[in-house]
Amino acid sequence: MSKLPTPDKLIATIPAFPMEGWMDTKPDFKPGTWCYPAKVENMRALGMPNPHEWSADQEDWNLPENWEEIIYEGLKERLAKHRSLKVFMDICVRCGACADKCHFFIGTGDPKNMPVLRAELLRSVYRRDFTTAGKLLGKLAGARKLDKDVIKEWFYYFYQCTECRRCSLFCPYGIDTAEITAIARELLHELGLGIHWIMEPVFNCNRTGNHLGIQPHAFKEIVEFLCEDIETVTGIKINPPFNEKGHEIVFITPSGDVFADPGIYTFMGYLMLFHEIGLDYTLSTYASEGGNFGSFTTFDMAKKLNAKMYAEAERLGSKWILGGECGHMWRVVHQYMDTFNGPTPPKMETPKSPITGTVFKNAASTKMVHIAEFTADLIKHNKLRLDPSRNDHLTVTFHDSCNPARGMGLLEEPRYVLRNVCNNYVDMPENTIREQTFCCGGGSGLNTDEIMEIRMRGGLPRGNALRYVQQKHGVNTMACICAIDRATLPPLANYWAPGVTVYGTHELVANALVMRGEQKRTMDLRQEELPGMEDE
Amino acid sequence: MFISLLAVIALGCIAWLGAASGFQYLIGVVLPYAAVLVFIGGFVWRIVDWAKSPVPFRIPTTAGQQKSLDWIKPARLDSPFTTAGTVGRMLLEVLLFRSLFRNTSVEIQKGPRVVYYSAKWLWLFALLFHYCFLLIFIRHFRFFLEPVPFALTAIEFVDGIMQIGVPRMFMSDVLVVAALGFLLARRLFSEKIRYISLANDYFPLFLLLGLVGSGIWMRYFAKVDIAAVKVLTMGLVTMNPVLPEGIGAAFFIHIFLLSCLLAYFPFSKLMHMGGVFLSPTRNLPNNTRAVRHVNPWNPPKKYRTYAEYEDEFRELMEEAGLPVDKTSEEAAAAE
Repeated sequence: MSKLPTPDKLIATIPAFPMEGWMDTKPDFKPGTWCYPAKVENMRALGMPNPHEWSADQEDWNLPENWEEIIYEGLKERLAKHRSLKVFMDICVRCGACADKCHFFIGTGDPKNMPVLRAELLRSVYRRDFTTAGKLLGKLAGARKLDKDVIKEWFYYFYQCTECRRCSLFCPYGIDTAEITAIARELLHELGLGIHWIMEPVFNCNRTGNHLGIQPHAFKEIVEFLCEDIETVTGIKINPPFNEKGHEIVFITPSGDVFADPGIYTFMGYLMLFHEIGLDYTLSTYASEGGNFGSFTTFDMAKKLNAKMYAEAERLGSKWILGGECGHMWRVVHQYMDTFNGPTPPKMETPKSPITGTVFKNAASTKMVHIAEFTADLIKHNKLRLDPSRNDHLTVTFHDSCNPARGMGLLEEPRYVLRNVCNNYVDMPENTIREQTFCCGGGSGLNTDEIMEIRMRGGLPRGNALRYVQQKHGVNTMACICAIDRATLPPLANYWAPGVTVYGTHELVANALVMRGEQKRTMDLRQEELPGMEDE
Repeated sequence: MFISLLAVIALGCIAWLGAASGFQYLIGVVLPYAAVLVFIGGFVWRIVDWAKSPVPFRIPTTAGQQKSLDWIKPARLDSPFTTAGTVGRMLLEVLLFRSLFRNTSVEIQKGPRVVYYSAKWLWLFALLFHYCFLLIFIRHFRFFLEPVPFALTAIEFVDGIMQIGVPRMFMSDVLVVAALGFLLARRLFSEKIRYISLANDYFPLFLLLGLVGSGIWMRYFAKVDIAAVKVLTMGLVTMNPVLPEGIGAAFFIHIFLLSCLLAYFPFSKLMHMGGVFLSPTRNLPNNTRAVRHVNPWNPPKKYRTYAEYEDEFRELMEEAGLPVDKTSEEAAAAE
């Protein structure tokens, strides 16, 4: 891993615009800018085409012999399958409204990180192969020949896009770079080019049910270990059900919540909440992953990994699925799951909260409810006893994850929950939250450490907004509803706004949750002393 | 940029020379017919071609609160749940350029502080251009209708209400030039926009400036024989073309550039006019969890089943006390 510059130096090194045109510049694959390649055996095991050894910093990427034909045919097929791609290739007027909306452009100053140019990288090839003007006029019409440098450039820039869709919000035609990036990455995968940080989780998820490759017995052990911690904090012993048939609800969350700090505290929060309200649910080790790194490779892979959710709900005889805090998981669940793998198994029903009786009509077809919706409903109906003063030492702000914000519209629910479990809540500036939210810099499978500098650059707008409320309002806590955020925001906060700690929303819920039969709480879930509530 | 400018100047010269050397019938009658045919045919072909590709997923970009719990107010237009809301969103987009209205510009200041400014100039001038162009388009119906309807005269009256000059100056003429000038200036002077601009971004701007400029020239300065022009245009719409004598060259330049624009339109970025209606991030409701969206090419499900999973981990699961569908004995007996 390359050494990270200081924040001041990082900003000082944002370069000016280059003199030569973008078709004449090539990316510099210096350390810290590119992701490590996927393992050949993982690609092979998943049936990905053309698995081979290669590395981005080498001259020869060992592309398959007919690589040009593969790209041509692949693009042709996708143009016929996705109206989005076809329309987005044709109608951009290069007005530039998207240009400074991208966190990677703001942080790197690289013109090809302007969404419009990112799209032009593909569009220029499309023009040459699929439009008459491009064939006749060539460069004059913005067309260029596909060569190996173009492939390298695609790899460089389509893995400096986190598919956050912020540009799409501002585009007068709704051109969605996430869509273009997703399809460009599909094309790269056709050539056997994938990255390790995405392919390893995909391989694991397929085999063990979760990205981290946790096998069933280990999954159970880890959760039981977390339950011991819950007992230490609350005095209450929880025995969550695993793979049990006949429960009303299957609960699925990203495996990062089970495994990684600080996600584990969020997971403990879920378990405490479910225990307190007496929810009839089960966990599943087979479908132990809410996230879907497949969605960062191909639509088919996303579908393949996602299929387990309905399959498991059917096998276990559950009526509906409750989903944990996660970003891209909810893009997939909200906008793709039912299309991919529906209609839902016949025995599933429109979700109805067993505690409040609220029917989630907005999830009538997909039959999956977001836990922020579920908990907001509980709080609204006064079904939880809460003591928000336990979070009084925290001044909290909320990071909207890109996908729930711009691919779902889940904006108020988590805020309502947070305002009820924390007394000190403040939003970041309006251009950086809700539908205008900025990425953590590590979405869409880019939360890998070898590109830490790129992540910190991409994290500049988010980090700076955080710094602003830290200085102005004394914010020391950033809550989120995403497992990738819980992994990426701590280093981002450390770098751009040192002193801010990252929490999952349901960790804060559980801290405030007054449970029946609990001992006097003197510690939070991290087993740190609660100020003002120490033992006397 | 220069190539686009030269191309438009060349087109103007061709028209001027043509008009002066006896090709008036070609430029005034044949080409306009051909251009209209190309425009209509090309436009329809493009739309049909786009529409042939299906919309596999319902992927609206949500720009506001979803509809979920009854007591949370949804953003009915920015994150529409219903068809009516989606139509409303599209109307806002097409008529008022809703997304462009959100525009901001970003600057990294000392501190460091990342600062966002409201940046509505592009929205303003884009809107101004499109509405002025529409108004001018409508005004031109005076040349294709006899008698001229009252509504048209009324529009002209309002457009010329400043009462400057003879013939009266239309505000829309001034504003459309100003708007085009702004759109061109930002391409030339904004570093970012200059960097992304292609010849096919400048060409339509110059072409439109040429078209508008020649129109203004012949109305206010060259003062072509307007009665003769109307004889020609009425002839065109009644499919009974005639070529009156004595129309000035300015008119032929104008109609030639118009023909070029019409013929160029379907094959250019100007097709955003049709494409915006087909954009799946805008024209679909945000209700995917409530109403299933069907993908016509949805491939068959292929995934690792629970049975396969249990086969691999059965013993570990049994040891850990996890329930299994088949015990080790049952699995052994089945083999």
